[in-house]
Amino acid sequence: MTDLSELYQEVILDHNRSPRNFRRLKDANRTADGYNPLCGDKVTIYVKVEDDVIKEISFEGSGCAISKASASIMTDSLKGKSMAEAEALFDKVHKMLKGELNPGDDSHDFGKLAVLSGVCHFPARVKCASLSWHTLRTALKGEGEITSTE
Amino acid sequence: MKPGHGVTAPREWQRGRSGLDVARIREDFPILKQQVHGKPLVYLDNAATGQKPQVVIDTLNRYYSTENANIHRGIHFLSELATVEYEETRNKVKRFLNANDSQEIVFVRGTTEGINLVAHSYGRRFFKEGDEVVISAMEHHSNIVPWQMLCEQVGAKLRVIPMNHDGELLLDEYERLLSEKTKLVSVAHVSNALGTVNPIRHMIELAHRRNIPVLVDGAQAAPHMKVDVQELDCDFYAFSGHKLFGPTGIGILYGRARYLKAMPPYQGGGDMISLVTFEKTHYNVIPFKFEAGTPHIAGVIGLGAAIDYLSGIGLDAVAAYEGELLQYATAQLLTIQGLRIIGRAKEKASVLSFVLDGAHPHDIGTILDQEGVAIRAGHHCAMPVMQRFGVPATARASFAFYNTREEVDLLVRAVQKVRKVFG
Repeated sequence: MTDLSELYQEVILDHNRSPRNFRRLKDANRTADGYNPLCGDKVTIYVKVEDDVIKEISFEGSGCAISKASASIMTDSLKGKSMAEAEALFDKVHKMLKGELNPGDDSHDFGKLAVLSGVCHFPARVKCASLSWHTLRTALKGEGEITSTE
Repeated sequence: MKPGHGVTAPREWQRGRSGLDVARIREDFPILKQQVHGKPLVYLDNAATGQKPQVVIDTLNRYYSTENANIHRGIHFLSELATVEYEETRNKVKRFLNANDSQEIVFVRGTTEGINLVAHSYGRRFFKEGDEVVISAMEHHSNIVPWQMLCEQVGAKLRVIPMNHDGELLLDEYERLLSEKTKLVSVAHVSNALGTVNPIRHMIELAHRRNIPVLVDGAQAAPHMKVDVQELDCDFYAFSGHKLFGPTGIGILYGRARYLKAMPPYQGGGDMISLVTFEKTHYNVIPFKFEAGTPHIAGVIGLGAAIDYLSGIGLDAVAAYEGELLQYATAQLLTIQGLRIIGRAKEKASVLSFVLDGAHPHDIGTILDQEGVAIRAGHHCAMPVMQRFGVPATARASFAFYNTREEVDLLVRAVQKVRKVFG
């Protein structure tokens, strides 16, 4: 199960090479910075929320393929979702990264996010994949603090 | 390759000019016989910590099995035995560093604690507002943060010696930084992130001309080259036992006797006193003044075994062998397209930091790990160094005398695989 190709799936490599929504969002009304002090990964999440719905979402930063792809896929998945839906997805992704939810199970619709399921076999990399999600949560709560993986 | 054994290689070319019998040496390290993810372990993270020879492991076992007792207290057989071994190690360290006197050897937890001890004790006694401490641009966080804390407490200033793009300190700038305000220079002997060997003897001489004491962070130097504190003429020298193939949690602070005597204790407690009443406490003599509480006795004795082991191999032979290995590894890595070595100083030791186009060091680390190759990926607790070179992180291979050319080849092959994955 700990095969490299499971971690570095083509979708992940593609999002790493050409991350989606990789820009500053000028009219964002929620932003947060995330930082992983262990490896130096940095991410800034920009969200534009209207009527409790994520109208726009983007990110900037530097990091490994896993953290970049995870942020990129996250922004793709959350556009148009309500705050409650985003929070529910956060919980599901969190469980998947910890290996507690299997995306192959039909009852969970992970969509593209399922490509990150291989991360749970690489414990040292779980924080890379979860950084953008934790940062998003901070942004949505509007706490404006720097999110650290530690 | 022998079954169940890690990487071996023909003895004739392993020996090289250094005369080290690396195949035989590898037999002393049980961990090197391991497989990781089904591949022989190639351990190239020696700058983080060194592996332990069987003799160190056996010494810890023997100490706990047959000698365990507290030191400097009991009048019983075991306590005396443990005390003798503990103080015997102090003498070993004295000889290892060629210190003038064993009272100049203080047992601490590691390099970090050694530096913190000086920052707290020397710093608080001798620094006042407006004074300056000079460090370099390539320091580990442990030789930055203690000084920043001191500066904040006493209103002193941190001055930083800049470096060039090869990772060499600018000595003219260094000289310009030294003034009557400078109360201490604290600088790495060898950079953990770049591998640069700093010309510390010359730097110490320049500081001493102005009567400025110098602390040397020897964490990355002591395991790889002969260190002679009298020849260097340094005032403090700190290193860690675990990087020197000894146990974790034990380290050494060498301090020139006249400085140690003038410094107040670092922590209070048992063993660091000679007389205690509620009105007044008289402190013990050096080095005991700085060793409050029950120390890491097993660690000290284990470190003694590591020093004996390393001295038996000989640090000149170690340095020569590792120098050849570093040269070979540098040449081999540079054959990889898109690979850039960070830290190209003329004088380097044991450390190869690199980045690869299109692949983040963290991803390099994971893919290498799957090939059994253990390296460090990250900022190496030297974030200002990363900033200086404009990279978020590097991949770092760091060598010890038990590493081989064949392991370097496996490293290169694994990095090629990274290139394949990231196209």
